[in-house]
Amino acid sequence: MEYEAIIGLEVHAQLLTESKIFCGCSTKYGSPPNSQTCPVCLGMPGVLPVLNKKAVEYTIKMVLAVEGRVKEKSVFARKNYFYPDLPKGYQISQYDQPLACGGFIEIDLPDGRKKKIKITRIHLEEDAGKSMHIENEDTKTLMDMNRCGIPLIEIVSQPDLSSPEEAYLYLGKLKQILMYLRICAGNMEEGNLRCDANVSVRPKGEKGFGTSTEVKNMNSFKGVEKALEYEIQKQIRILESGGKIEHETLLWDEKKEKVFSMRAKEESHDYRYFPEPDLVRLVINQGWIEKIRKTMPELPDQRENRFIKEYNLPEYDAGVLTSSKDLADWYEEGLKYYPNPKILSNWVMGEVLRELKERRVEIRDLRMKPKDLAELLKLIDDKTISGKIAKDVFKEMAETGLLMHTQKKAEEIVKKKGLVQVTDKAQIEIVVGKVLSENQGSVKEYLAGKKKLFGFFVGEVMKKAKGKANPKMVNEILKEKLKIGDA
Amino acid sequence: MKLNQLKATELKELLKKKEVSSLEIVSSVFKEIKCKDKDMNSFITLIEEDAKKSAEKIDQKIARGEKLGSLAGIPVAIKDNICVKGNFCTCGSKILEIFVSPYDATVVEWLKKEDAVIIGKTNMDEFAMGSSNENSYFGPAKNPYDLKRIPGGSSGGSSACVASDMTILALGSDTGGSVRQPASLCGVVGLKPTYGLVSRYGLVAFASSLDQIGCLTKDVKDCAMLLSVIAGYDRRDSTSINFEKKDYTKFLEDGLKDINIGIPEEYFEKGLDKEVREAVLNGVKMLEKQGLKTFEVSMPHTDRAIATYYVLCTAEVSSNLARYDGAKYGFRPEGESDLASMYERTRSEGFGDEVKRRIILGTYVLSAGYYEAYYAKAQKVRTFIKEDFDQAFKKVDLLITPTSSTTAFKLKEKIDDPLTMYLSDIYTTSANLAGIPAISVPCGKDSKGLPIGLQIMGPPLSEELILRIGYFLERSLSSRSSIPKGA
Repeated sequence: MEYEAIIGLEVHAQLLTESKIFCGCSTKYGSPPNSQTCPVCLGMPGVLPVLNKKAVEYTIKMVLAVEGRVKEKSVFARKNYFYPDLPKGYQISQYDQPLACGGFIEIDLPDGRKKKIKITRIHLEEDAGKSMHIENEDTKTLMDMNRCGIPLIEIVSQPDLSSPEEAYLYLGKLKQILMYLRICAGNMEEGNLRCDANVSVRPKGEKGFGTSTEVKNMNSFKGVEKALEYEIQKQIRILESGGKIEHETLLWDEKKEKVFSMRAKEESHDYRYFPEPDLVRLVINQGWIEKIRKTMPELPDQRENRFIKEYNLPEYDAGVLTSSKDLADWYEEGLKYYPNPKILSNWVMGEVLRELKERRVEIRDLRMKPKDLAELLKLIDDKTISGKIAKDVFKEMAETGLLMHTQKKAEEIVKKKGLVQVTDKAQIEIVVGKVLSENQGSVKEYLAGKKKLFGFFVGEVMKKAKGKANPKMVNEILKEKLKIGDA
Repeated sequence: MKLNQLKATELKELLKKKEVSSLEIVSSVFKEIKCKDKDMNSFITLIEEDAKKSAEKIDQKIARGEKLGSLAGIPVAIKDNICVKGNFCTCGSKILEIFVSPYDATVVEWLKKEDAVIIGKTNMDEFAMGSSNENSYFGPAKNPYDLKRIPGGSSGGSSACVASDMTILALGSDTGGSVRQPASLCGVVGLKPTYGLVSRYGLVAFASSLDQIGCLTKDVKDCAMLLSVIAGYDRRDSTSINFEKKDYTKFLEDGLKDINIGIPEEYFEKGLDKEVREAVLNGVKMLEKQGLKTFEVSMPHTDRAIATYYVLCTAEVSSNLARYDGAKYGFRPEGESDLASMYERTRSEGFGDEVKRRIILGTYVLSAGYYEAYYAKAQKVRTFIKEDFDQAFKKVDLLITPTSSTTAFKLKEKIDDPLTMYLSDIYTTSANLAGIPAISVPCGKDSKGLPIGLQIMGPPLSEELILRIGYFLERSLSSRSSIPKGA
């Protein structure tokens, strides 16, 4: 029997506000444990929360980006449970009256189709701390409360995803939007983007839903795809062998590539939600929303379409260049200095991205500026260097920029290394003459009709000229000389 | 007369005239404490050294002719659920016996700013849950009129130490009557301000939507003076009312013309002690003599107040007290190596019976399947009770009732009968549910010589008015005769 999967994702994104959601502590990542805490986020007796407006603003941005509906009135609620990383014994979250509902995210399927994934709700809540276990010390747990109180938004999708690949694409798109909005660092490995999934399967064509399981602890994009693949196959195996799916919460083990049962839903927590009495109802008026709407950046889809129209770029190029806001910004900055969109696109997609990939860095870590690349490309255009040499120069520009923190400009490198292209006809003729006289045997074969050898001559000339000869002129001169011989 | 027997207003004058020093006042108070408190048990912690140091500083300020705060040199006792930086804040509980607060409550900060001298932390029912002070882990405070009797609760330590001249002023907290009832039973003035008028930041939460810090003083003028310091908007408390600060002593002698008084019949029904009833009605007569009109009003939901109160406050208790888990601060039993047993033993051994009873009740009323029947329903009834007051205040300016149905009862008299004990709050909880201000002023004594209190309730933010009426009554009844010196 053929089965189809039904997947809904619950994504938690840490907001990039400077201070925490209910106190003034910094949210900086990677500081020494417990250095960013105060009585409020530590849940000391007597403290009270005060809502950070920026966190609300960032949430509204996300809602606008997915075309959801911001509710005029929403309510914070306490989610009660005991865990050492939760200093108050409850998490301040939202429950039956979330900040927003509705909206969608559109994903591009590999076959070229687009699919809208509907959003159920988006709400604002606080993050918990982190427990750290010491190796070989079973009875000791250390707590780091720096993360405690960092604002989180929870984005719940409808069960519209029908494969791990779609889930992967959805998550990618979500991250892209969050990063375009500059409201989340979007790094799953660092935990500032987290994802839980509700998964079920059903025979293809059937309308009803099967029993679902909840998969947690998927700490990377690949992990999400793998975990879902694993869980779907597991569920199908169980059904095929006549078994029943148990409603349970599962943890993905990235190393073992398996899921493990965390707790059965039957014995799941009763969180005893009730309205947070220490906070007043959150009221968001239309004026505030409109003010935020005005600050909305161009979103990835809008930008991709503009790239296609405005710069006449192929859809593929536009997609790659707008994959991140930083990259798209970099590209457009480059266009200011080198207004040939396609050539610049080729270089950004080719050399620039390759460089980033090889060095495992982000575009913002690249010291080479768009203007520097533009200048290099101009050197090709005015025939100072060949395209091939330009690639070497590019490498050096990137390298010096990264390693020595003193990035060299293209022209400087070209001059210093004497890479200026030889365009002096007489000089090239001498080299061509030398090559032909050193390879008289081949010349004879060529003249006898083995035209394939032409490339060999070009290669030899370029080798002798250390790559600096203008390839077009080399071609012309070689043809001329060999014709003479022909005569 | 000894300095400690004077009122804040009188001491202020003496200090101004340089007839006494702050150190003399503070020393007189500690002398009294040393003499009496072994039997009275009003204080859990004394802050003698720091108090004397600040008194000296204030005396230096006086000597230098510097500008003084409005409570300069006046001793204030603080209920032990209000945080004073660097001092124990036990909340009358074993679970916080060793907890030292790392910060000042807003009210404490403001008292210090006005040069008040914090002398110690007063005894209370554990986490402010109780009406007799018998729920204190540190043993009950005693009633200064009869050491075999309870001082009332939960701010029993504060009311007793004011009544017995071991302090000049005191702060308490009132969630269902915890300032007014002990004030009534100890023959002092007790004010519960409008919800949101005084910041709760630094008051250890019992039931957040009902808790309010209040004043316990020897007379109404002192009460107005203390309120002027602690009332005011605080951005650290989101439920704080954005209301201008004012000097409440200024309005005390404004006339009583055109004030209509309501007598809610439901507060004078069966269960009310005859002598208490007479004393209260005698107070009303005094006002009538001044030409004030009195009207019978009906508050039909009064008999639902206790049930509503105990559903809502226990729900909040179950969540507010979740943070006491042994993980971060306070009591943790030795020898537990797994998390669940640590939680279990910490909370079983750290909390007293009444607290545990309320946590269990509150957990129950918020549980899935019961939420609608209890918590949600109680919220609805709370709205009805509020409406009762709204309706009444359309007809009259304020309401007069007894504060407590009886005078001080004997230790152990009700401790094994929680329901009877809960009825001690029958006249006071409604003001908390409605969020309105209420004051208890002494209005005579019963045949045993025990003080009786009269409660004045007014619409939100009517503190000026109820203080003015209280001020008049106090002078006409001159009921604060000195306490039998056997105490």
